Amino acid sequence: MSTAAFIVIAILILAAALAAASLPTLIHAALSFAVAFVGIAAFFFLLGAEFVGLVQVFVYVGAVAVLIVFTILLTRRDATTPDKFNWGGVVIAIAVFNGLVWAIFRTPALSIGAPQIEPLTVKRIGEVLMTDYVWPLQCVGLVLTAALIGALILVMEEKNSKS
Amino acid sequence: MTPTLQLFLFVSAALFCIGLLAALSRRHAIFILIGIEMMLAAANLNFVAFWRFSPQPQPPIGVMVAIFSIAIAAAEAAVGLALVIAIYRHYRTTNVDRLDQLKG
Repeated sequence: MSTAAFIVIAILILAAALAAASLPTLIHAALSFAVAFVGIAAFFFLLGAEFVGLVQVFVYVGAVAVLIVFTILLTRRDATTPDKFNWGGVVIAIAVFNGLVWAIFRTPALSIGAPQIEPLTVKRIGEVLMTDYVWPLQCVGLVLTAALIGALILVMEEKNSKS
Repeated sequence: MTPTLQLFLFVSAALFCIGLLAALSRRHAIFILIGIEMMLAAANLNFVAFWRFSPQPQPPIGVMVAIFSIAIAAAEAAVGLALVIAIYRHYRTTNVDRLDQLKG
């Protein structure tokens, strides 16, 4: 795990996330969001969880970012209304950040280096998913199906009541 | 010198607070969803970092929790964006400050 890669990826993630949170144009914010999630996937690769990194790229950069862009395009008429910035949120976010950093750097048990581990193969993940985690896997399948049907019903409902 | 667990937790805390900032101070519904997604991603980063820095458990719990969390976050994003579209059709706005009536 190299320090230079860590610093570069950390700066990339935080800059892209700040841009996504503060850019006034929605579409720019959505693209910065995609960049931030590519950076998080790079972090997962750095941590040795390659499968999670790939899933992150597929799901977030592939699907969720496209969904967000589609939603922005479908609600475009509203995109130019001025967005009043609420400074109370900044105060709360900075307070939470200070609390978290205080807790992280006060805990001596957290200042450890990475141990040597054997690489986590996709075969191992598949075995675990099919043995120990088979019920959570089924429940996630059910949740995803329910979310798909629910999203369709939510979007269709208005059209039916209008006609 | 290799990065310690504290540095990963620091980056994840910063990401969480940027997500909190986006969710609390922007008034556009899509920005709020982006902020929630960022907070979920920060939590995933913590799960994987704790997995990597701990003595290896069998099975790899942190990685499994992160995978399930990504799946749930995708479902949440799909339903949330469908809600944004439904609200936009009804009120012609996605500014959450103007959605202030319970009566449809």
